[in-house]
Amino acid sequence: MIKQVNNPILEIHSLTAGYDQKPVLWNIDFTLPKGQISGIIGPNGSGKTTLLKCMMGLLPINGGYVKLFNQSLNKVRTRVAYVPQRESVDWDFPANVMDITLMGRYRNANLFRRLNKNDKEQAINALKKVGMLEFAERQISQLSGGQQQRVFIARALAQGADLFIMDEPFAGVDAASENAILDLFADMKKQGKTVVVVHHDLQTAKQYFDWMVLLNTRLVASGPTPDVFNDKLLQETYGGKLNILARVTHLMESKEFPMREQ
Amino acid sequence: MDIWSFIWLEEPNIRFVVLGTMLLGASSALIGCFSYLRKKALVGDAIAHAILPGICFGFMLSETKNPFYLISGAFISGWASILIIDFITKHSKLKADAAIGIVLSVFFGLGVLLLTHIQQSGNAAQAGLDKYLFGKAASMTPYDVSVFGGIALGLLLLVLICYKGFKIVSFNTDYAQTLGLPTKLLSVLISTATVLSVAVGIQAVGVVLMAALLITPASAARFWTNKLSTMLLLAALMGAIAGWIGSLVSFLAPNMPTGPWIVISLTLMVGLAILGSPINGVYGKWLKKQRNKHLITHENVLKVFYQLGEQEQNFFRSRGKLSILQKRNFGTSTLKKGLTILLAKKWIKRDQNNYVLTNEGFLEARRIVRLHRLWELFLNKRLGLQPDHVHPDAEVIEHLITPELEEILLKDLNMPALDPHNKEIPYDKH
Repeated sequence: MIKQVNNPILEIHSLTAGYDQKPVLWNIDFTLPKGQISGIIGPNGSGKTTLLKCMMGLLPINGGYVKLFNQSLNKVRTRVAYVPQRESVDWDFPANVMDITLMGRYRNANLFRRLNKNDKEQAINALKKVGMLEFAERQISQLSGGQQQRVFIARALAQGADLFIMDEPFAGVDAASENAILDLFADMKKQGKTVVVVHHDLQTAKQYFDWMVLLNTRLVASGPTPDVFNDKLLQETYGGKLNILARVTHLMESKEFPMREQ
Repeated sequence: MDIWSFIWLEEPNIRFVVLGTMLLGASSALIGCFSYLRKKALVGDAIAHAILPGICFGFMLSETKNPFYLISGAFISGWASILIIDFITKHSKLKADAAIGIVLSVFFGLGVLLLTHIQQSGNAAQAGLDKYLFGKAASMTPYDVSVFGGIALGLLLLVLICYKGFKIVSFNTDYAQTLGLPTKLLSVLISTATVLSVAVGIQAVGVVLMAALLITPASAARFWTNKLSTMLLLAALMGAIAGWIGSLVSFLAPNMPTGPWIVISLTLMVGLAILGSPINGVYGKWLKKQRNKHLITHENVLKVFYQLGEQEQNFFRSRGKLSILQKRNFGTSTLKKGLTILLAKKWIKRDQNNYVLTNEGFLEARRIVRLHRLWELFLNKRLGLQPDHVHPDAEVIEHLITPELEEILLKDLNMPALDPHNKEIPYDKH
C-alpha cells in the first residue's frame, strides 16, 4: 500500500543508499503530504536514520533523488530544520541551553559576526515553545534526556523553518517531555508546519502520526495511518528482513560490488 | 644572571623571547581546546611526531635553520600525517587508534633517521636542530621569535574570527552542515591551525611532549568552567604560563631541555584543577558533601523542636540541649553545629541557656515533618512498602524534596490527612 500525494512537501524518488558498499535502502519511492505529522517506522537497522541523513544531504545517494518543496535541498535549506539523534553528540560540551538554541540562528551570512537581537528573540521564543526557557542558563550536561531532546527541538524551531525532520525525538524521553513535544507538534500542525519523525515504538506510533511510512531497508507502505497501520503491513515490516535481499546485500558487501553500474 | 631581573624581564632580548614563548604556549593551548572537544587529542600527538621529518627535510633542502623553511616542511609533513590517518581509517579495516599509532611511529622514526643523518653530515648549521626533540625556548633568535610569534598571533586571531564556526563544528558537525555552513572548510581550518600551532609550539616543548601542550591546558581549563569562551581563555592563560616557565628554565639552566619542565608545570595545573575545581573537582565534591551534611544536621535538629512541641502541644516553649538530646541522640558537636546554623538562619533564638523556635523556624520545621510523612505515605501507598519499612527512606528524602515535587506529591496523594503510622500530616493552611 503506497499512496502518493499531489503537490508533496517531500518526494523520495527511487532512492538507493548505503554505507561501505552495503546497501541499506533499496529503491525507496514515496511522497509526504504538507502540514501533517508523518512517522517513518521500522525495526532497528531498517535504514530509518540513513533515509533521514540522505534527505538532509548528510550521506551520499547512490541512486535516485530527494526533493523538498519540489526543489533540491540546497535551494530550500532555510526552510528545512534537522533534529539529529540525541546520542549523536557529546552532552558534556561546555555550553548552556541558550548557546545550543542560538546555534539554530547560525547562517553563512552571520558566521563571522555576532548574533543580533532578533536571533536572541527567536531563540527565547523557541525555548518558550518547548517549555525550557527557565533552563536557559543551565549547563547542557545537567539536563535529563527529555530536556536535552527539547533543547535540540528548540534549536530547530529557532531556525524558523517550515519542514522539520527529526530523528527519534521520543527515544529515552520522560513523560513530561513527551507530552511537551506532542503538544508542540499539535501547535506546529496548526501553523501549517510539516513534521517528519523517525520513530521505532509501535505502541505509540498510531496516536502520534497522521501519515506513516513503513520501512525495512525497502519501502513496505506509505499512507494515512488508518490505511497503513494494520497487522498485515506491520507483520511485513517487523517480521524480519527478506532473506534473499539480506543475502544479496551481504554478497555486494563481501565482493565490494558497486551499487550502480557506472 | 639574576633571577629577579629575569622575572621582571629587564633584558629587552630576553623579554622578547619570553613573551614570544608565552604566545606560542597560548596559541597551542587555544587550538588544543578544539582538538580536545572534537576528541582528536591523539591526532594532535601524531601531528607533533610527524612534524619532525618535515623539519629535517626543510633543513636539508635549505641548509639553514631559517624558520620559513622549517615551518613549511613541518606544515607539509603535519598535513600529510592527517591525510594518511584519514585515508587509512576510511579505506582499510584499521580503526582510528591503530592508524594514529602507525602514522605517529613511522613518521617519528623517519624523523629521527633524518636527524641522525643531518648530525653526521658535518654541516655546521645543523647544531641545535636536535632541540626540536625536547624543546629549548631560549635558543630561539629574535628573528625566530618574530616568525613563530607572528604565526601564533595569527592563530589567536583565527579563533577569534571563526569562534562560532569552530564551536558548532566541534559540537555537532552534521547539524552545522544541514544549516548550509561550510563545515569542510571549517574542519580544514581547524586541522591547519592544529598543524601550525604544533609547528610553533615545538619551539618550546619539543615534538615528543607536544601533545601535553595541546591537551593538558584544555583538560585543566574544562575543570574550572562550563563555558566555552572561558575555557579557551583559561587554557590560553595556562599555555602562556607554561611557556613562561619553559623560558625561565631555559635561561636559568641552559643545558636543560624545556619540554619536560613545561609538561610538569602543566601537569601541576591539571592536578590543581582535579583537586580544586568547584565544578567537577575533588574539592567541589567535598564541598557538596559538606553542604548536604550541614543541611541534614540542622534540619534534623529543627525537626526535634517540632516533635517535642507536638508531644507537649506547645511548639514555642524553650528547649535545653539536654531535652533535645533526650529526644534524639546527636553527638554534642553535631548538635552545636546544628544550633549555630539555625540561629544564623533565625529559625530559633536564644532564651537564656535554652532555645526557642521562631515563627519562620516553626513553619520550616513543619515543612520537613510534612515531607517526611508524605514520603512515608507515598512509599506505603504507591510502592506497597509496609509501614514499618518506610521510615529510614523518609529520613533522607525529607531533606531533598523541592516545593515543585511536594506539590506533585500532594496532588498524587490527594492532600492526605494521616501518614502510615496514623500521625497527622501538618499543613500550612488550616
